[in-house]
Amino acid sequence: MSGRRRTLVVAGNGMVGHRLLETLVERGATAEWDIVTFCEEPRVAYDRVALSSLFAGASPEDLELVRPGFFEQVGLSVHVGDAVTTLDRERGCVVSQRGVRVDYDAVVLATGSVPFVPPVPGRDARGCFVYRTVDDLEAIRDFATATGCRVGAVVGGGLLGLEAANALKSLGLETHVVEFAPRLMPAQIDDRGSAALRSRVEELGVVVHTGTATSEIVRGSDGRVKGMRFTAASPQGAAPEDLSVDLVVFSAGIRPRDDLARSAGLAMGERGGVVVDEACRTSDPAVYAIGECALAVGRLWGLVAPGYQMAAVVADRILGGDRSFTGSDLSTKLKLMGVDVASFGDAFGTTPGAEAITFDDPVTKVYKRVVVGPAPAAADGRTSGRTSGRTSGTTSVRPVLGGILVGDATMYDTLVQMSRGAMPTPERLELLIFPARTTGEGAGAGLGVGALAGNALICSCNTVTKEQICAAVADGCTDVAGVKACTRAGTGCGGCIPLVSGLVRHELLAAGVEVRNDLCEHFAFSRQELFDIVRAQRIGSFSELLSAHGRGRGCEICKPAVASMLATLGDAYILDGEQASLQDTNDHFLANLQRDGTYSVVPRVPGGEITPDQLIAIGHVAKDFGLYTKITGGQRIDLFGARVDQLPHIWQRLVDAGMESGHAYGKALRTVKSCVGRNWCRFGVQDSTALAIDLELRYRGLRSPHKVKAAVSGCSRECAEAQSKDFGVIATEQGWNLYVCGNGGLKPQHGVLLASDIDRETVIRYLDRFLMFYIRTADRLERTATWLNKLDGGLDYLRRVVVDDCLGLCAEFEVDMARHVAGYRCEWKATIEDPERMARFRTFVNSDRTDDNVVFVTERGQPRPAYAHEKPDPALLALGGTP
Amino acid sequence: MTITETHALAPTWVDVCPFDWLISGRGVCALVGGRQVAVFRVDDELFALSNFDPFSQSFVLSRGIAGSRGDRLKVASPIFKQSFDLHTGACLDDATVSVATYAARVSDGQVQVACP
Repeated sequence: MSGRRRTLVVAGNGMVGHRLLETLVERGATAEWDIVTFCEEPRVAYDRVALSSLFAGASPEDLELVRPGFFEQVGLSVHVGDAVTTLDRERGCVVSQRGVRVDYDAVVLATGSVPFVPPVPGRDARGCFVYRTVDDLEAIRDFATATGCRVGAVVGGGLLGLEAANALKSLGLETHVVEFAPRLMPAQIDDRGSAALRSRVEELGVVVHTGTATSEIVRGSDGRVKGMRFTAASPQGAAPEDLSVDLVVFSAGIRPRDDLARSAGLAMGERGGVVVDEACRTSDPAVYAIGECALAVGRLWGLVAPGYQMAAVVADRILGGDRSFTGSDLSTKLKLMGVDVASFGDAFGTTPGAEAITFDDPVTKVYKRVVVGPAPAAADGRTSGRTSGRTSGTTSVRPVLGGILVGDATMYDTLVQMSRGAMPTPERLELLIFPARTTGEGAGAGLGVGALAGNALICSCNTVTKEQICAAVADGCTDVAGVKACTRAGTGCGGCIPLVSGLVRHELLAAGVEVRNDLCEHFAFSRQELFDIVRAQRIGSFSELLSAHGRGRGCEICKPAVASMLATLGDAYILDGEQASLQDTNDHFLANLQRDGTYSVVPRVPGGEITPDQLIAIGHVAKDFGLYTKITGGQRIDLFGARVDQLPHIWQRLVDAGMESGHAYGKALRTVKSCVGRNWCRFGVQDSTALAIDLELRYRGLRSPHKVKAAVSGCSRECAEAQSKDFGVIATEQGWNLYVCGNGGLKPQHGVLLASDIDRETVIRYLDRFLMFYIRTADRLERTATWLNKLDGGLDYLRRVVVDDCLGLCAEFEVDMARHVAGYRCEWKATIEDPERMARFRTFVNSDRTDDNVVFVTERGQPRPAYAHEKPDPALLALGGTP
Repeated sequence: MTITETHALAPTWVDVCPFDWLISGRGVCALVGGRQVAVFRVDDELFALSNFDPFSQSFVLSRGIAGSRGDRLKVASPIFKQSFDLHTGACLDDATVSVATYAARVSDGQVQVACP
């Protein structure tokens, strides 16, 4: 409380400048400091890394990094649209472009960088742009739409150049990338990696010109870009042909914005950048520099992670600490135009004695290269501290030094840890870069998190090590959210979260902590326990259950789970009263949400049997509403691309044609698939279609922990694939064999034989019991196969419960099922009969307009959602289309 | 505090729907000055945020389930289930992501959102 308040000026409110402010506020600096920020752009800090998403439907607001009300906190102020132009170190003040003068005690320069535009003639023609800010992107978009551009070119085939190319593609332009070097991303990846990247990028329709120097931008008589002229980058190369283009984006690297520091007389690097020491202090101890304008540890750092580390160092120093910036890991993993690209450590193998193991698959266009050093015995000449963290051992395995991954970067985390010496290298390293195998040799070659050394860097954005995370768990953090709050691990790019999560689980188990099976943070019960509570206490609503047995307001996990229990135990329409607020969007709109926000609709086709009239009706509906149609694996027809407001009209037509909901949207019985059976087939021994229809109609609409699929086959040839279903029935000469707990999905598993040669009534009795037992005792989203694998006593126990009634619960199970069968109503029919329920199906509650962002293109004669680059002008649409 | 160069004009309030149309814990989507805004009611509180889900790049947040995490009220995107703070728009699962928020009020029984 004593002493005068001091003033800190922060010049620049980019990603790094803002991270500094956040850290200072978090650490309580505003108790002593008034922090004045100058933000040159017309908008405060935003996520520049995600800039290209502006052309894929995001709005500038979506990129904002500044929490609402952030600058209204005491001790903070911001001048938006104003930049510091003078740093007067003698008087200890800064003056801004608009004449604002602030006396400072300390200054932080976070002025970032500017795009480098190579000095080619014509570079100032109309239609030439750079790619750095929201304004740049808006200018590109406005020009492209106003002048009807058709062809665009990006000068620069590095990381940013490819991002810019992606943006041009999103605008619908024919896109060219012109790179001086003989390959794409020359700084990060080698020739073969670039070849894989190039063929993937070309598949997307981008034309790549490497080894090509731009010699001139040709201007038309109207002053606009008309074309480009090139020369070969090397004397041997053939002279490339001219190119006609309407728009050019320069993305050939960045240069630090250091003019403010230069005119203030601070020490500068030879090739630009403000020289700073380990404290990120410039040659004036009252002035710091961070991010892309700073020359730290002898180099510039053009990535956000090192910038964030510098911000943390300066915040600490300002508060009297002694943290240092001693360099940063430049490993990068990113998705460029949907292609995974990663580069880490000594990617090019420049260490003496280094060799590389490569996997190069030109068919799938996957390239992986792992650089290994000499075996430890011969490694005397190595000087770096790389080996310091390596777990000791007598292995002659060669250390991982670095690598390049293109097209598949799943092993990135593991390999990076190995290259840092934080994880031992396995003997057969090559298995790590071969395509994943699920069984046999090489399975699970990824080693466990337990193998990581204590000093292993887990989160490079915030410099958090394994030790720190383990300490947080030891101090009482029991989940990823807790560890994030406590250590900041995973709060940067988020790439390390799977590792953090694995570590937390590993540490908890190692400490013998009971890993609870709670449904979510709102209920300290497993799904099975909650089901028993709901059933035993006849609880009729979520709020009743929450107030009696839970806490908080619920979430997307517990609400639908409880709604499902209420639906199983009661027979009310699932969208009445409070239940409406509990359902997932699929159940809420009785349709399946697709990636573009539209829905698909699946009418029930019991047993896969459908009349010509019903087929025609479905065809008419699809045609009239412009829906994409596809036959599903469950022998029915899925209609895609319906908007919310179309759903009731579609159902009306389907219900009128005698069809009903297929519950494809619900965690419920889906289909009972069948073969044609004895009625037609030469080999069939029973009427499998009739039994399939009966079973499907009996269990339709039955809400369960996960979807339930079934099938009936008319003979042992098993054409309906019943053994891969949650329940399957196969005809025998004497009756039916009943199989349960099969699965064909994520982890295929054959069903097990529960009973053989039983009659139709017994099949139904056992199934009633089996399904109710599963619904009562399984975890949320647990299919029958997984449930059985976890069931104590396994199949024998299941048989004793279902066949021998060892728990004495079978009568209850049968009563519960009878109530379900009696209470079934088609949810669509119940919806279209009630105007109040129909009112819910609107895209906008206050307008009859439809969503402009839903755009289809035609492929193979049918509609499909447009990908971002195919939308006419997605950025404009994101802002809402017409004013 | 000092904020220069922000719009000091009084906001225009756009009608959304009667308050009693809203179901607690659920949202609706409104068009406000051409933008898609997701409006949620939790008990008697109102929230408005962008309908755009940055993870799926689609306009769907209004169709998520509202609830809480710790003491923060939030909505989970229906596509990949990331949660967003209803008060601030900050993504609770990825600190680098957030969506815009808007002022909302009830006036004469009518829900209104401020047009930015």
